[in-house]
Amino acid sequence: MSATQNGTVRPAAISAEGWGWRHAGRARPAIEGLDLRIEPGERVLLLGPSGAGKSTLLHALAGVLGDEEDDSDETGSLLIDGVVPREQRGRAGLMQQDPETQVVLSRVGDDVAFGAENLAVPRDEIWARVHEALDDVGLRTAAVGGLALDHPTAALSGGQKQRLALAGILAMRPGLILLDEPTANLDPAGVLEVRDAVGRCLDKTGATLVVVEHRVSVWKDLVDRIVVLQPGAAAGHADSSKGGVLLDGPPDQVLAEARTMLMSAGVWVPGYVPSTRERRNESHTAQLLLAAQDLAVSREKPRRKGFKTIPPVPVQTGIIAQVRAGQALTITGPNGAGKSTFALTLAGLLAPVDGKVSAAVELSEGAGIDPFTWKAEQLISRIGTVFQEPEHQFVTGRVLDELMFGPKHLGHGEDRVDELLERLRLTHLVDANPYTLSGGEKRRLSVATVLAAHPKVLVLDEPTFGQDANTWAELASFLSELLDAGTAVVSVTHDQEFSAVLGGTELRLGPVQQGEAKHQEAGAA
Amino acid sequence: MRDALNLRGNHALLTKANPLAKFVSVFLISLVLALSIDWVSASTALLAELALFPLAGLTLRLLWQRAWPLIIAAAIGGWSTAIVAADSGAVLLDVGLWSISEGSLELGLGFMLRGLAIALPAILLMTCTDPTDLADALAQKAKLPQRFVLGSLAAMRLVGLMAEEWQTIGMARRARGVGSQGNPFQRMKATLGQSFGLLVQAVRRASRLAVTMEARGFGGGQRTWARESTYSLLDAWVILGGLIIAAGAVLTAVGAGTWSFVWR
Repeated sequence: MSATQNGTVRPAAISAEGWGWRHAGRARPAIEGLDLRIEPGERVLLLGPSGAGKSTLLHALAGVLGDEEDDSDETGSLLIDGVVPREQRGRAGLMQQDPETQVVLSRVGDDVAFGAENLAVPRDEIWARVHEALDDVGLRTAAVGGLALDHPTAALSGGQKQRLALAGILAMRPGLILLDEPTANLDPAGVLEVRDAVGRCLDKTGATLVVVEHRVSVWKDLVDRIVVLQPGAAAGHADSSKGGVLLDGPPDQVLAEARTMLMSAGVWVPGYVPSTRERRNESHTAQLLLAAQDLAVSREKPRRKGFKTIPPVPVQTGIIAQVRAGQALTITGPNGAGKSTFALTLAGLLAPVDGKVSAAVELSEGAGIDPFTWKAEQLISRIGTVFQEPEHQFVTGRVLDELMFGPKHLGHGEDRVDELLERLRLTHLVDANPYTLSGGEKRRLSVATVLAAHPKVLVLDEPTFGQDANTWAELASFLSELLDAGTAVVSVTHDQEFSAVLGGTELRLGPVQQGEAKHQEAGAA
Repeated sequence: MRDALNLRGNHALLTKANPLAKFVSVFLISLVLALSIDWVSASTALLAELALFPLAGLTLRLLWQRAWPLIIAAAIGGWSTAIVAADSGAVLLDVGLWSISEGSLELGLGFMLRGLAIALPAILLMTCTDPTDLADALAQKAKLPQRFVLGSLAAMRLVGLMAEEWQTIGMARRARGVGSQGNPFQRMKATLGQSFGLLVQAVRRASRLAVTMEARGFGGGQRTWARESTYSLLDAWVILGGLIIAAGAVLTAVGAGTWSFVWR
């Protein structure tokens, strides 16, 4: 069956001539004067600094950009096979970054069928396509237990969700596959899962690919061409004589020619680890601040059943860990091992299911042993927590207010704010709305706001996820400085280079049922 | 929330009926019960509904877990009616301003039973109906606009996600020093802030989901349906069952002489 259906995919050609787009309500275009031709079946990695209009281009190709009614503005022409993208639904399929919003329906089979239904594919053929697409993305293999068609999509991991989204796209038989940072929110295993699934599907269908992604090494061997866009027209740097494209060619050639430029733009070119500040005074006998003893953790609250209280089923049990001043503790382990849940419990944000978290007198300073019982004001000057999604922590509408928030509530530490602004390069943004910042700026702001309260322990949940190399290096250097100054840093991370910069010890959480080692190993990081 | 809406493992008979037939049946019962305020019709319907539990794969325990707020609300509604309704017949209890008489007790009891009898079919419907199948039936059989039906269905999936997001935002804000302690005013302010944070995230998620759906060709003209919504003989029985319960409730109440229209 698959042999006959292969023939139905017709790889798409893209042509842009002097193309530009200005979003409604913006003064400057997001992208301007783009000249680009992509031949059928080509696989292109699109690079460029943030604000170069990469996502705008992908959205336009997917036909989801703007309405006729709003006051957005298009110049030049952008065509797929000589036709405007909006007028050919299903010719291109788009995958975005956030796995949660790439799933539409609540059962696996229905979700894959959704796109094909919208294209009015006959019912019998839809189900044939659904089976084939799920096979192609590897969601029906024995390794994942062969998902049934009525498997709930909510129970999938991030990597599985993205592969499901890919299956939904494949079921539309598009000639063009568009990936907008498809793996930015995934752990390393999930990244490879998705990359390999994309590779297999392209080999099979021969569809054209355009992928936007910071991490070049992941996609380098899968693509046959790299296009580097000019720094944003929005920033006013565009040189229209070059047609919006800075470099264009085979991956190795472009990476050789533009290595330095790409590195300075924060692109993760293969083999590049940005230079960071080194740790200076790492001691192993420092003051104990916080300890976890036989800790069992869960995000769920205890349930009440009649007059009994039933504790939730912990995601991880028997955790033993110590947090010491001026030392880094890195929490690692596979998905679902309860790393973030443990970190949040250690930080006094979740109640332990069993065992206890105890703060030393040097940390608690009279607030009590258990951080979970501390008041919010007591907590922030002792343990600061930086969440994975910076937006979750914004509490005001202005960068400066955001930074002053902690100190104002505590009644001290306002003098430190200027230093933090300076140090994390936020000074020029003091009046901006936090929600309008770029990803890297949001990350730096979220770290700065938590540090403004001057906590002795800093807890970070995946601080380097989706960050470009520049923000990564700044963050790692800054934390290394903090550690040397005596702050304890606890981080949940998959990023080995990052934990290498911080040093300290590693706590590896294993899958619960196998009861792997959950004890801290000195110097493992 | 996500688990509650998941029907996997429920193989009861009524899961196989067409959602629209179940919907019509529930509507019939609710309509009749909304007409009168006596306790005979309400308890007849209630008994019949309880007898249907096994057919929908519902147990009393599941019912309590899913619907305890409704059950408690019905009880409170009944109690307060008994207290404040105009007295008639012998006075059973008199505590100054409040008094319970035979008449007001009967009214209160009727009120409570009615609340339960109207709420139960809806809970039965939810227990044995998958939201996706309901959407299929509404769009294909009831011919409601597909854009609206599928849009609501996709949005409903986000609701479960929002419950998790609420917890995360709560913790994230505590980590910024926004506590849920303090006087009621401070608590209200904190909750408002948290709601705003949730709203921002909800809007972002929703617009990304909208892009995903549009990129999969949603919103255009003609579409096909991978799952055909069909009627079977079972659906005739479901509607007949609804009719019998509704009619039975009216007839027993009229027979017992308790039937009284709400507007009288």
